[in-house]
Amino acid sequence: MAQNTNLRVYLDNNYPKTSGRLPDGVVKVLQGPFALWFKIGYGRYLFGLLIMIAIPILIDPEIIPAFEGLDSPIPFIQGGFGIRVLVVTGIWILLALGLNVVVGMAGLLDLGYVAFFMLGAYTTAFMTSSGGDDQFHIVVWPNIASLPFAVLVCVLAGVALGIPTLRLRGDYLAIVTLGFHEIVRQTANNLTITNGSRGIPGIERPDLGFPESIGGFSTEFGVLSSHTYWLFLLIPAIILAVIMIRHLEDSRIGRYWTAIREDEVAASAMGVPVVKMKVLAFAIGASTSGVAGWIFAGYATFISPNNFPLLYSILILCAVVIGGLGSISGAVLGAILVTGLPEVVREASGGQTVFGFDPETGRIAIFGFLLIVVMIFRPGGLLAPRRRRVELSEAGAAEGVIVDESAGKQKDQLAGSATLTETRQKGDT
Amino acid sequence: MASLLKINNVTMQFGGLRALGDINFEIVEGEIFGLIGPNGAGKTTLFNCVTGVYAPTEGAVEFDGAPITGKRPDQIVEIGICRTFQQIRLFPNMTALENVIVGADARHKTSVFGALLRSPRRKREEAHAEEEALRLLDFCGVKRFANDLGRNLSYGDQRRLEIARALATTPKLVLLDEPAAGMNPAEKNGLRDLVRKIRDDGTTVLLIEHDMKVVMGLSDRVAVLDHGEVIAAGLPEEVQSNPKVIEAYLGTGASGAAGETDEPGVADEDTASSQQQSATARQPEGKS
Repeated sequence: MAQNTNLRVYLDNNYPKTSGRLPDGVVKVLQGPFALWFKIGYGRYLFGLLIMIAIPILIDPEIIPAFEGLDSPIPFIQGGFGIRVLVVTGIWILLALGLNVVVGMAGLLDLGYVAFFMLGAYTTAFMTSSGGDDQFHIVVWPNIASLPFAVLVCVLAGVALGIPTLRLRGDYLAIVTLGFHEIVRQTANNLTITNGSRGIPGIERPDLGFPESIGGFSTEFGVLSSHTYWLFLLIPAIILAVIMIRHLEDSRIGRYWTAIREDEVAASAMGVPVVKMKVLAFAIGASTSGVAGWIFAGYATFISPNNFPLLYSILILCAVVIGGLGSISGAVLGAILVTGLPEVVREASGGQTVFGFDPETGRIAIFGFLLIVVMIFRPGGLLAPRRRRVELSEAGAAEGVIVDESAGKQKDQLAGSATLTETRQKGDT
Repeated sequence: MASLLKINNVTMQFGGLRALGDINFEIVEGEIFGLIGPNGAGKTTLFNCVTGVYAPTEGAVEFDGAPITGKRPDQIVEIGICRTFQQIRLFPNMTALENVIVGADARHKTSVFGALLRSPRRKREEAHAEEEALRLLDFCGVKRFANDLGRNLSYGDQRRLEIARALATTPKLVLLDEPAAGMNPAEKNGLRDLVRKIRDDGTTVLLIEHDMKVVMGLSDRVAVLDHGEVIAAGLPEEVQSNPKVIEAYLGTGASGAAGETDEPGVADEDTASSQQQSATARQPEGKS
C-alpha cells in the first residue's frame, strides 16, 4: 500500500466497489466536471474565475458593449425570464450547499433551514432599507456592508438553535427545527419593527463601488441593477462555498461529522467533541444561507414573511435528498432540479393542457412524482457520495446477517443514548 | 511504578439502584489489570464512570495525579484514556482505515480555519493520520481489511479494529470491555498476544473479561466486583482461591470446588449467554 500525502486520493483509489442499480458510469459523467475541477490543483481557482466571467456573458451577451443586441445562445434562458430563474437557482444552490452540511454530513435533520435564510434577508433589510415609513429602520448602510452582519446573525442563530437541541436527534430534532422556522416567521409577521406581513420595501442594491467605466468598458454592474449582474455575485459565492465545504469535508472536521452520524456514542468515546462539532455544523450551514439571504434581499429589494414559507424548507431538503445526502455536487444538482425543473415544465408545456391537466398549475405535483421515481431507483440520490453508494448497494446485496446485526446495534444505540442523556441531565442539575 | 489511575470511593446511583458502592482501587503504570465479576456487578458502569459517560454520584477518579471526574468523554480521551465497547460500536459505514483515522484525529489540532485554508499543518496531520492508522491496523492484525467497511468485518476482526481505533488516540490507559466475548479459542489466543503486545508497547491496560483463562493468564493484578462492590483484589492466584469470589460466581454451597482453578471458567459459559439479556435488563431505568 503506497503512502500518499493526500488521504482523499488514497480513499478515492481504494474505496469498496459498488454494484448499484444505476451504472456508476452515469454518476461519473455527472460528477466528472466536479472531480476534474478539484483535481487540477490551484488551477481550479483560475478556472473558477473563468466560469465566473463566462457564464453571465453566455447568459446575457449584452452586458459586453460589443455584443449589443445579441441574445443568449442557450435556448431556455432567452429573453430575460430565464435569467431570473437562474438567479433564484443560484440562491437555492447556496441554500442547498449549507443544508447539505447539516443534514448530509453531520446527519442532523433540519426542517427549518429557511429560517436562517430569512434571518439573513431581514438583517440586510434592517440595515439597508430606505423605503416606506421609517419605523423599521435600524441603520441605512450601503448594502455590501450588511453582508458580514447577515452572515454573523445567521451563524449566531445557528449556534443558538444548535446548543439547546444537541441532545435531540432524528425526528425530535426535526420537530424542533420545524418549530424554529415557525417562530422566526411568526415573529417577523407580528412585530412592528419588521412591518408585519406587509414586509420591508426599498432594500438597497449592493454597490460594488466600481468607477463608471474602466478602459472603455462600462462598469454599470457596480450597482447590481440588471439581473445578469447578480450572477457575478452569485457564482463566486457558490464557488467559494463549494471550496470551503469540500475542504472541511476532507479534514478531520468532516470525518468527525461522519463519525457522529454513524454512532454518536462511539464518536464521543473516540475523542470527538460532539457538542462542538454539531454546533459547528449548524453554524457552517447557516452561514451560506446568510449569504443567500443577503443576496435575496438585495435582489428582490422587498421582503415579507410570505417569501419564506415552510414549503421552501421542505423543498431545499428535497433538493439535498434528490442530489444525494452528503454530496456537494449532488446539492448543486438538486437545487438546479428543484428550482429549474418546474420552470422547464412550465416553459415546455407552453400553456397547453396535457390529458386535461395544466402543467403550469400541476408542476409541483409533477415534481413530487419525479421525486418518488428518483427515490425508488436511486435511493442514495442522483449523485450519492461514495460512502452512501457503498452503504446502499451492500445493504441490498447481503441481507440476512447484516440486517439482523444492524437492528441489534440500533436497539443498543437507543438504550445507550437514553442512559447517556439521562445521566448527563443528572450531572447538570 | 507510579499509580496511573486511582479510583477513590466511587459510588454510582441510578435512582434507587446502587450500581457501584464505594469502589477503591489503583492501577499502576505498565500493568494489565483485570476487572472481573458476575453480570450486573457494575464493571461496565465503572468503565463509564472512568470514561466520562457517567459522572459518579460520589467519589473521584484520578488519572496521572489529576482529577478527571465530571469531564466529557472527549476530554478524557485527550487526557489519555480510551476504551472499547462491550457491544461493538464501530462506525459501520466507514472503512476500517477511516475508523482508525477518526481515532488518530483525536491527537490532531487542525482547526476549522486550518481545514478551510488547507494549512500545512492539515497536510502534515492527514499524512500522519493515514500512516498511523495503517501502522495500527497492522499492529492489530487487520491491515488486510483496511479498505473494507467496518460492518463487513468478522466479529473477531471487528473487535481487533475497535482496539486499533482506541489505540489510535495514543492513550496511556486503554480500557477493553470484554474483548474476547464471542471469540473462538484460536481468536482468544491471538487476542491475548495482542493485549500483551499493547502493554509491552507502553500502554497500561484495564481489562474487563469473563473468560477466566484469558483474564487470569493475562492480568498482573485482578479486582473482583460483585453487586457494585470490590470483594477481592490482588494477584490472580490469590483472587482465584478467595472463597468470596467463588461464592459470587458459583453461589453458596459450591465451595467444594474451590481447589479447581478452572471452575469459574465453567460458570462463565452460561453467564456469557445471559450477558445480552442482563445488559438490556439493566437499561430500562435509563430508557423510560
